[in-house]
Amino acid sequence: MIPLSWYLILSALLFCVGAFGVLARRNAVGILMGIELMLNAVNLNLVAFWRYLTPGLIAGQVFTLIVFAVAASEASVGLALIISIYRRRSTVVVDEINLMKW
Amino acid sequence: MTVLQIVFLVTGFVTLLAGVMVVASPKLVHAALWLIVSLAGVAVLFVLLNANFLAVVQVVVYIGAIAILIIFAVMLTRRVMADTGPTHNPSWWLALISALVLLGGLLALILQVPAFAQAGPTAQPAADSGLSDLGTALVDVNRFLLPFEVASVLLLAALIGAMAIARPADAAEEGGE
Repeated sequence: MIPLSWYLILSALLFCVGAFGVLARRNAVGILMGIELMLNAVNLNLVAFWRYLTPGLIAGQVFTLIVFAVAASEASVGLALIISIYRRRSTVVVDEINLMKW
Repeated sequence: MTVLQIVFLVTGFVTLLAGVMVVASPKLVHAALWLIVSLAGVAVLFVLLNANFLAVVQVVVYIGAIAILIIFAVMLTRRVMADTGPTHNPSWWLALISALVLLGGLLALILQVPAFAQAGPTAQPAADSGLSDLGTALVDVNRFLLPFEVASVLLLAALIGAMAIARPADAAEEGGE
């Protein structure tokens, strides 16, 4: 059998890789990719805890489905924002999107 | 070491490697393709965890919709990216340090989980009841109907919002099509 700790460590590593991508990328689409990686790590954690600790309760899977819905909404609105910014300012580099930076 | 453990290790390694390529690849289209590999690896891990329905949803929603959407966005915005220099911040090492500190904190927290050393699942879920139970739980007033409806409204709001945001400015002034 696979110990629970393997899943936890793998999802922690995946989350940190995604966090690095969010912090280090200059392209807004690259940042969104990092966010998707982080959400996947969270999902993996949720499903692992459901399977190992409370397989009788379906709440873990329901929570993961809600995260799927939130991830889809976030990706669609985020990419719409990026395309809108690109159309108006001809850039998707987050350093150059500084209109509201005080 | 059993077969399942070997499958887990190979899948986990591929998922992590693909994740590292997503954040490190200099070409954004390559990063999007690596993202698909990483998402597929997570789908395999869902199958290993007996969450077959979630694995299917992962493939349909993440690989089928979100990854393709990201590839579209990369292609719609790529002309500018060709000549804007490096793909990472000059201070990317700060991000690396932050990520490593976060990893250390997460591992320190994980070590305190009571079930950390648990070698295997406590009980097998019933072979076929998982999916039907999930289906009834989502439409049962006493269980998860409210989160389900909230998710529906959220998706509708995201749909309308994405259309309103991505619409060209001149179309908005004309008041529609």
